[in-house]
Amino acid sequence: MDFYGSHWVLTFLIFFPLAGAVVAALVPERLARSVALGVGVIELLVALPLFWTFDPAAGMQNRIDVPWMADWGIGYRLGLDGISLFMVLLTAFLLPLTVLGSWSYIRDRQRAFYAMLLGLTTGVVGVFVALDMFLFYVFWEIMLIPMYFLVGVWGGKERIYAAVKFFLYTAFGSLLMLVAILYLYFKAQGLTGEATFAYEAFLALPLTFTEQALLFAGFALAFAIKVPIFPFHTWLPHAHVQAPTAGSVVLAGVLLKMGTYGFLRFALPLFPAAALNETTVLIFMSLAVIGIVYTAMVAAVQPNAKRLVAYTSVAHLGFAILGIFAFNLQGIQGALLLMIAHGLSTPMLFFLLGMMYERRHTYEIADYGGLAASVPILSAMLVFAALATIGLPGTSGFVSEFLVLLGAFQTHPYLALIAATGVIFAAYYMLPPLQRIVFNALDRKENRVIPDLNRRELTILVPLVALIIWIGVYPRPVLDRMEPAVSQLIHQVEGGRMVVAPPTDHAAERPPVAAADEERR
Amino acid sequence: MGDGIVNGAAAGFSPFLLGWIVLLPLIGFLVNGAVAIAARRYKPVPLAAASEEEDVAHRHEEHPATPEPIPATPPAWTKSLPTFVAPGVIALAFAIALVNFFRMLGAGDALPVIERYWSWMPVGDLQVDVAFQLDQLSMLMTLIITGVGALIHVFSVGYMKKDEGYARYFAYLNLFVFFMLILVLGSSFPLMFVGWEGVGLCSYLLIGFWFREKANADAGKKAFIVNRIGDFGFLIAMFLIFAHLGTLNFVEVFAAAPEQLAFGGAVVTAICLFLFLGATGKSAQIPLFVWLPDAMAGPTPVSALIHAATMVTAGVYLIVRSSVLFAMAPSASLVVGLIGALTAIFAATIALKQWDIKKVLAYSTVSQLGFMFAAVGIGAYVAGVFHLMTHAFFKALLFLGAGAVIHAMHSALHATHSPRDAQDMRNMGGMRRWMPWTFGTMGVATLAIAGIPPFSGFFSKDEILGYAWSGARGELPISQGSLFGVGGEVWMLLIGVLLAAAALLTAFYMGRMMLYTFFGPNRTGEAESPHLHEVGASMKWPLVVLGVLSLIGGLFQVEADVPIVNWFAAVAIGGPDALYNFLAPVTAPAAAVMAQNIPAATVATHPAWPVLLAIVIGAGGLLLAWYLLKPAALGVEGEEPDYRRAWERILHDKWYVDEAYDRGVVRPVVALSGFFARVLDRRLIDGTVDWMGRAAQSVGMVGARVQSGHVNTYAFVLVVGAVLALFWFSGGFAWLAAS
Repeated sequence: MDFYGSHWVLTFLIFFPLAGAVVAALVPERLARSVALGVGVIELLVALPLFWTFDPAAGMQNRIDVPWMADWGIGYRLGLDGISLFMVLLTAFLLPLTVLGSWSYIRDRQRAFYAMLLGLTTGVVGVFVALDMFLFYVFWEIMLIPMYFLVGVWGGKERIYAAVKFFLYTAFGSLLMLVAILYLYFKAQGLTGEATFAYEAFLALPLTFTEQALLFAGFALAFAIKVPIFPFHTWLPHAHVQAPTAGSVVLAGVLLKMGTYGFLRFALPLFPAAALNETTVLIFMSLAVIGIVYTAMVAAVQPNAKRLVAYTSVAHLGFAILGIFAFNLQGIQGALLLMIAHGLSTPMLFFLLGMMYERRHTYEIADYGGLAASVPILSAMLVFAALATIGLPGTSGFVSEFLVLLGAFQTHPYLALIAATGVIFAAYYMLPPLQRIVFNALDRKENRVIPDLNRRELTILVPLVALIIWIGVYPRPVLDRMEPAVSQLIHQVEGGRMVVAPPTDHAAERPPVAAADEERR
Repeated sequence: MGDGIVNGAAAGFSPFLLGWIVLLPLIGFLVNGAVAIAARRYKPVPLAAASEEEDVAHRHEEHPATPEPIPATPPAWTKSLPTFVAPGVIALAFAIALVNFFRMLGAGDALPVIERYWSWMPVGDLQVDVAFQLDQLSMLMTLIITGVGALIHVFSVGYMKKDEGYARYFAYLNLFVFFMLILVLGSSFPLMFVGWEGVGLCSYLLIGFWFREKANADAGKKAFIVNRIGDFGFLIAMFLIFAHLGTLNFVEVFAAAPEQLAFGGAVVTAICLFLFLGATGKSAQIPLFVWLPDAMAGPTPVSALIHAATMVTAGVYLIVRSSVLFAMAPSASLVVGLIGALTAIFAATIALKQWDIKKVLAYSTVSQLGFMFAAVGIGAYVAGVFHLMTHAFFKALLFLGAGAVIHAMHSALHATHSPRDAQDMRNMGGMRRWMPWTFGTMGVATLAIAGIPPFSGFFSKDEILGYAWSGARGELPISQGSLFGVGGEVWMLLIGVLLAAAALLTAFYMGRMMLYTFFGPNRTGEAESPHLHEVGASMKWPLVVLGVLSLIGGLFQVEADVPIVNWFAAVAIGGPDALYNFLAPVTAPAAAVMAQNIPAATVATHPAWPVLLAIVIGAGGLLLAWYLLKPAALGVEGEEPDYRRAWERILHDKWYVDEAYDRGVVRPVVALSGFFARVLDRRLIDGTVDWMGRAAQSVGMVGARVQSGHVNTYAFVLVVGAVLALFWFSGGFAWLAAS
């Protein structure tokens, strides 16, 4: 069995955390976190070699396509390409860190907590590698449940409200996507007589423009809520403020990226004519730009640090959407890199806020002040994380935002110009709270007696720092692994854009792109 | 590596350890940073030693209130190591730079040399490398940064000796030099931008170095945010360049621009204006100068290095580096020149009425930077760089001298725990008695900045004024340009007049500063004045070296064909016009562009009267101060009433620019943010979501049960439902039925 040359690595990465979740739920309470840590470390160690075994030139790899529920054409179909690779790696990378971050934070019902955390990973990895639309949808929805409990059980005071809002809002968004998937399924069945949920079969479907537009809307709504794109973002601050550290880390680190990933993997390739329609592009880029400026301003006046970071997430993912809809190499690769960069810097901020919460039991910025004098290492880390978040050159945030803006400027210079003011607003929302937490006088007694970071906490943060700098200074290994997949995506979607089925045509004739796609395989 | 870039070896010049010039300060940063972290361990923090297994959060409540932990004395190496490492790495970098400089002199002008390290952002057409470009311009900047930088590091050893953040200070300072070198050596706009924002970061950290004072932290934050406005301009300029030229590497951009962009066209003008917006941020020009005076909150050597000699000149470097583009955009160049001249006079008026010795120097710096921008704006690129260099000498010296004075004042005021301000000139007076070296060297610098021959500032300032008069007579290529329909020579006349007036004010306010600080009776106080003292060796010798440079620095560029100035041709270092000849390869492309596109550019004439006028202005300003101001009659801080006359108050209060920005920009943005957060986001958008949720609930059957408390049930039902559905789909029921 060639583990890294076959689907087994993906299958392992999906189901091993699930098995771990079962074990964590069964062992004695005090062992649960150790089990979870072991599972997380193994998950990471198994995922890591993918970085080297992945062959950028080989396109979709580690594939499997076996029937699962054959009667309905549902298959166990997985694959990994340059777009999903880093999302999988990021998920695996964050897992052991989130366990460590919860180590002393979570006191109650630890078995259930770690089981949920591990189960969540199964759903997330599944979303990123599924190549069967039904399977994808199952993972997409299943992951809501552990997340719901993470917020609803281990969250703050208003956890129930936040959890329900998160659950209903995102579940509602997904419903229309399910309808769209089913439409595609029956359409495919009608055209070919073959029942299948295979992603590639859907790619080949001839659709009229109206069909594309409606189906795209169904998918896009689900993804837009998940990202979230302005004005669908208001569930996120609630969820973040209430969630425990691990919940916030996973939410910001990978869950939001499922939305941007969804655009790249599904919404754009499946409905190219509708997605790259000038109006659509303009709508999404405008919403992205509004999101960047508006949420940055909203973030700036938040008294609660977690809420502030939640809003900055919306602003950052606005950049990702901007890059995706710029739809050129710089834009999309920048967006993908931004998804990674944001998946490192924002979790780092949430980890630090969690560590501060453990010491002071508050997320209110006004309760801090002068921490640099009492806890210099924590403060230095916080300064670093804040600067990485606002995209200081030398960190991963800069390269990604630069590429996104450069890409967007080629297609929509005026929108990119407004988006670029985001660099000013980023300083505006990040530096004042940073000052009020880290600098100024150490005038509260409570802040004087807190301990600095311990070894466990440094173990969480140092890898994040290293990766943020590495990607900021030498992003080439990452970019090189993405580029073939991204240029293939652009090629495919640009080609598919021209091929719109005439409104009355129900012939089973396949568009040239699909044929080309077949040949490539 | 096949980039179509001149290869070093083929050009007859191979750089010597170029990467190490940049790497050494980084190593210094890492070492000093590690020391800073190690040193803090000696500060007993009550809970730090507790074992990890115990829950921090649960313990801290029952922990007894501990008094402020008293810092244990860290071991000596936490100070001695930075003392040697921090200045050492910079001095070593300077030595390597010198080797390169002499190699370059012997190698002819087949430069620039690009040393490529790794591919940074390779995405499609975009190919940006981490690569350094060594040519005459970056060489000169590197020498200034490492040379003046080394002196200021040495000075800092004495100045910061007693500070508990000693290692942290040097870590930041080394990091600054690292980024500054990336800024000038980077071979592309994005890499330069790394240095550009990196020095901004160090500036932020060093302005707020004494972060416990809110005002210091505020100043750092203000510097960062205002600079980011400029950085926005830099970014847009890069996007425009890439959109039209398809590359961001200097060599390629400057080669392609004359061929692919229209001379004087909208594109190149927009690029230049956005670049200039970036420059106004970093180099504190109108309208973004407001952060620099506040930046004086940092330790004084920082002001000398970052906010006088190096970082703030980055905007000038940017424009000279991009001189090909600016030569193609005469209107944009005129804007640069005009803004520079306006800033020069504007800041000089404010400097007239400041009491804080550092504030005088801060506004002086803004003003002198204005001179540099005026120079590069009218196309006198070498003159701009020349003034950048001499200013680095005399202004660094002035700041270090002010630091020495403040240092002495501090120890004097500290001796009696006096609450008075150590930086207020009203508390000084007669300091030359205690500090002869400081007084002497600062005197040299004052004569230099006032433009008295043969001090360095005379040569550089005179060259700028000379070019402005030439331009006003229509003799410069940019004179042929126009702005708002008005011809370039008219604008240049205005620039010349503004600069001349600014030069007069410069001499005056410098005279005022020297008089109030060093002359007249001492006002420090009877109990305090015995504690005033001259600085120690580590602070004195940097002053002396900079004093020598301020004296002879002008001899690097003695114009052979300008009357009076050419009297010094015999003692010119490297022969007459040495700097001009040295930098010629860098500015030649810009000159070629102008020669090609501007038909009627005549040869400049050099009458004697502007030189005479410059000398009269400089000397006149100093003499005016001597005769008008009476340090003997000056009261101490508090006694001396604030300015009564309206115009004096306006100048003292800096034309109320900060207040105007606060009311016109800051408060509206904050108010709008608050409106967005409280009304638009929470009420309207989120309210709509909640309303829709409630509406759906009241319609739905589960409505009542979804209320909090029962929601777990709902989720449980959902889980069970999902599992059952999966089971059903996968044929589980059929299997059950069959079995």
